[in-house]
Amino acid sequence: MRIVCPFCGERELGEFTYLGDAKPQRPAADAGEDAVYDYVYMRDNIAGVMSENWYHGGGCRSWLKVTRNTLTHEISAVEAAAGAGAAKVGA
Amino acid sequence: MMAGSQSNRLANGGLIDRSAPLSFTFDGKSLSGFKGDTLASALLASGVKLVGRSFKYHRPRGILTAGSEEPNALVELRSGARREPNTKATTAELYEGLEAASQNRWPSLNFDVMSVNQLFAPIFVAGFYYKTFMWPAKFWEAIYEPAIRRAAGLGRAATVSDPDHYDKAWAHCDVVIAGSGPAGLAAALAAGRSGARVILCEEDFVVGGRLLSDGGTIDGLPAAEWLARTLAELASLPDVRIMTRTTLFGVYDGGTYGAIERVNDHLPSPPEHEVRQRLWRIVAKRCVVAAGALERPIVFAGNDTPGVMMASAMRSYISRYAAAPAKRIALFTNNEHGWRTVETALEAGLQVAAVIDARAEVSPVHRSLASKGGFPVLHGSVSGVDGGKAGVRKLSVSLTGGARAEVEADGLAVSGGWNPTVGLTSYHRGRPKWRDDIAAFVPDGAPPGMVAVGAANGAFGLGACLREGFEAGSAAARDAGRSGGTGSTPVADDAAFSLTPLWHVAGKGKAFVDQQHDVTASDIELAQREGFESVEHLKRYTTLGMATDQGKTSNVAGLAIMAAVSGRSIPETGTTIYRPPYVPVAIGAFAGHHRDENFHATRLTPSHHWASEQGAIFVDTGLWKRAQWYPLAGEKDWLESVTREVKAVRSGVGFCDVSTLGKIDVHGPDAGAFLDRVYINTFSNLAVGKARYGLMLREDGIVYDDGTTSRLAEDHYFLTTTTAKAGLVMQHLEFCRQVLFPELDVQLTSVSDQWAQFSIAGPKTRDLLKQIVDPTEDLSNEGFPFMGAREVKLRGGIKARLFRISFSGEMAFEISVPARHGEAMARNLMIAGKPFGVTPYGTEALGVMRVEKGHVAGPELSGTTTASDLGLGKMMSTKKDFIGRVMAGREALVAPDRQVVVGIKPTDKARRLRSGAHIIPKGEIPGPDNDQGYVTSVCFSPTLDQWIGLALVERGRERFGEIVHAHDPLRGEDYDVELCNPVFYDPDGGRQRG
Ligand SMILES: [Zn+2]
Repeated sequence: MRIVCPFCGERELGEFTYLGDAKPQRPAADAGEDAVYDYVYMRDNIAGVMSENWYHGGGCRSWLKVTRNTLTHEISAVEAAAGAGAAKVGA
Repeated sequence: MMAGSQSNRLANGGLIDRSAPLSFTFDGKSLSGFKGDTLASALLASGVKLVGRSFKYHRPRGILTAGSEEPNALVELRSGARREPNTKATTAELYEGLEAASQNRWPSLNFDVMSVNQLFAPIFVAGFYYKTFMWPAKFWEAIYEPAIRRAAGLGRAATVSDPDHYDKAWAHCDVVIAGSGPAGLAAALAAGRSGARVILCEEDFVVGGRLLSDGGTIDGLPAAEWLARTLAELASLPDVRIMTRTTLFGVYDGGTYGAIERVNDHLPSPPEHEVRQRLWRIVAKRCVVAAGALERPIVFAGNDTPGVMMASAMRSYISRYAAAPAKRIALFTNNEHGWRTVETALEAGLQVAAVIDARAEVSPVHRSLASKGGFPVLHGSVSGVDGGKAGVRKLSVSLTGGARAEVEADGLAVSGGWNPTVGLTSYHRGRPKWRDDIAAFVPDGAPPGMVAVGAANGAFGLGACLREGFEAGSAAARDAGRSGGTGSTPVADDAAFSLTPLWHVAGKGKAFVDQQHDVTASDIELAQREGFESVEHLKRYTTLGMATDQGKTSNVAGLAIMAAVSGRSIPETGTTIYRPPYVPVAIGAFAGHHRDENFHATRLTPSHHWASEQGAIFVDTGLWKRAQWYPLAGEKDWLESVTREVKAVRSGVGFCDVSTLGKIDVHGPDAGAFLDRVYINTFSNLAVGKARYGLMLREDGIVYDDGTTSRLAEDHYFLTTTTAKAGLVMQHLEFCRQVLFPELDVQLTSVSDQWAQFSIAGPKTRDLLKQIVDPTEDLSNEGFPFMGAREVKLRGGIKARLFRISFSGEMAFEISVPARHGEAMARNLMIAGKPFGVTPYGTEALGVMRVEKGHVAGPELSGTTTASDLGLGKMMSTKKDFIGRVMAGREALVAPDRQVVVGIKPTDKARRLRSGAHIIPKGEIPGPDNDQGYVTSVCFSPTLDQWIGLALVERGRERFGEIVHAHDPLRGEDYDVELCNPVFYDPDGGRQRG
């Protein structure tokens, strides 16, 4: 498997670390225990197309959102995490 | 003088170099062959028919095939450290001095005591592992398995480590082609001509596939001439690479292919600085599988007798190797192609005893061949073989119509048709489809980018192979974006092919389906009767196809017999799942250079070479080598050295390289806010020039890591992690920054390798430091208070970072200098510290002092403990959100009876403690119900002059002073300990603030 990093180009699997489902969003501070429990533990295990977090630790250290078919390993999209890349200018 | 006579070497022909004789030994006997021989062809040329004994019954076995599908002719190759069992004689290239030994026989191949196993054959029937050795379970290890291994073992592995090197490499191309027969060469021509980057993998040591044995006419040229012309053209193309001795063994995601290159297996040992084998990962846009087809046996009684051989293999031995497998040959065929062996044998001047053809009709051409050659054509089947370890003597034939006949012959060629090589196309769980016209499975689709052509696709004619290969090569190049002209397709005739399916001939005696695993036709019938009708069950129950040859010659015949006895068709019966690798690949090749000291990278601390000069004993901590202690002359053991080091620090001054800590610079206007979210305590309110201990949780509320973070400027923090978690914490923080909190303006820089960091500790620390830092720097309690942190100038002008933090509990600083100055720093500390008796100390003394001080470390941050368990619950801020906050509040994580960190002391002051002992209430019998925790860290405390430790104990903080029982079943120790405050040394902390 190879992933096309938006910053580094096409790289081999060994440069990346898998984290898991990228869909769940960390709940707001006041969301309550149930919401956080769901976020931490209730993950889907999809046989098919899934949006996943991958870390390019062997390259640019960016976190990537990778759309991958877990049955075929076909990767249909790769985008950098919202906070990846250089410092925020004028943020 | 060459040893041994090549009695069965033909006078002419063959792709062997008669000017290059080679001597070799088989079971100690000296024999000879030529360059270009395989071990199998050289044995046959020397008249050797018996090469091994079978796995279960120790039946005499010979050579069945001429390729990597061989089930019988397995030998131990080489000796000593390079001894390799189960090597196929049919693919092992002959070299000068080759040593081979037969397997599965004792004491000798000709007289094998274990062949009495044949008399006990009833116990070796299908499922015998399951039936015979059901119980008691402990008998397996002690009795059954050793006995089975001795009686039915495969070869012996070497008992010392492999002296050779293996390599791993990547290659990238447009088109990778498996197989260099006519289809593969045509594909390479088309793709290469159109400008594609081509890699052609051929498992043999010569390119050409069946052309080498079967010849033919292509573009009006004899096959050998066409082959030479084609190789010359391919060599002239800039991007065509032909890799011989290389098997494409697997297909992986995204067009990645695995291949094993046997770089130097054809030599006694690799030349200096060369590898034995190389594992390739080939990334290709397209793959053309031109891996051919394997001729399949027909199952009949005695079909494992030495001298029974696949018809195509017999052709190979005769025409490619000029080695006659027999003097008087019979052919048993059910198809047109088998007859080629007769043609080849006659051309080589060998006698043909008879052709037994299972078909109703034999072509006029072949009829006239028979009358010209003076041998009979018998319509029927071979139903028995009279012979033994000396080989085939006589064949029993059941004629169509019921009559019987006998044929005297010393060799039998068998052709049951062809099985296309469907492995590569099926490795992504693809199932091949059945084709009635050729009675064979062919690929039904393939992994993306792959296509099968030629015989691998069920096209057995030479013309069809060339056409399919050429078309696939052009298409693959086009798909890869290459548009050059492909020229014309090589042309050849397609010989007629007719076949009457025949799998199994009834008869008396054992009829083998899987010769390597000794699975017979009656084993399959028995398995079916016992209800094992699914092919996956059949395979496991009978072990059909589970040997090292993966059933290449046996699987389809096994299915066909299963289908027949269960009254189903072959496609209804189906195939088992195909799995890579296509041929066995040595673990050493997968490991490559990553073995022994190169198993992983080694990281050295900046002061490593200096520490090494001091005679330090090093310990592996992750990838690091760290100084564990520094023995002095006359010290009798580690404890004496470590005790001296601790005392020196507590009474004077010592230093320790702590550069292995993870170090991260956190920059940006939101740096403080960011740290507030990842630590349980607050950092945004930390004053510039101050340091603070921080604790991180995982999102599930369990402690993740700890360390000290300093604020060096308004928008700049310097964070340290534990050595073990350095990389993971960086990854975690990047996740928090990029994914969870992208709105924060903060940047992280890993600076672990940029800074050499030393802990300098002990009451005389300031005296020593004053010799190191610029005299203008104020190190007094007022000028540099406890938990101060700032940049300082050293004597000589180098900038350093100085932190007044203490792990040892003593007055201490940590100093960071650019890593390139690390070694100089160690040397200067020794020089400047001489008047104060400075003592370098290692990780062992560091650990002793942290236990004395009750600081938690790796054994307590075990992935199960909360902040409160560690006695750090009060650090959790209630004024902000942070990673792990909500989940840390769960009922079970705040329960009052949790196991928490306490100190322990043995009631017998002279007793040694060991970690891992269980804590049980005093007076109770140890068991899982009253297990209240365990000892996490222990040390001999020079300060208290006894062993002390830390433990995780239920309600431990409420139980100081209680005597409990330490139960250590692993070491057989039981003793009493007292629970106490984990801070054994200077509980008020006066010394570190001094
Ligand atoms: Zn990258």
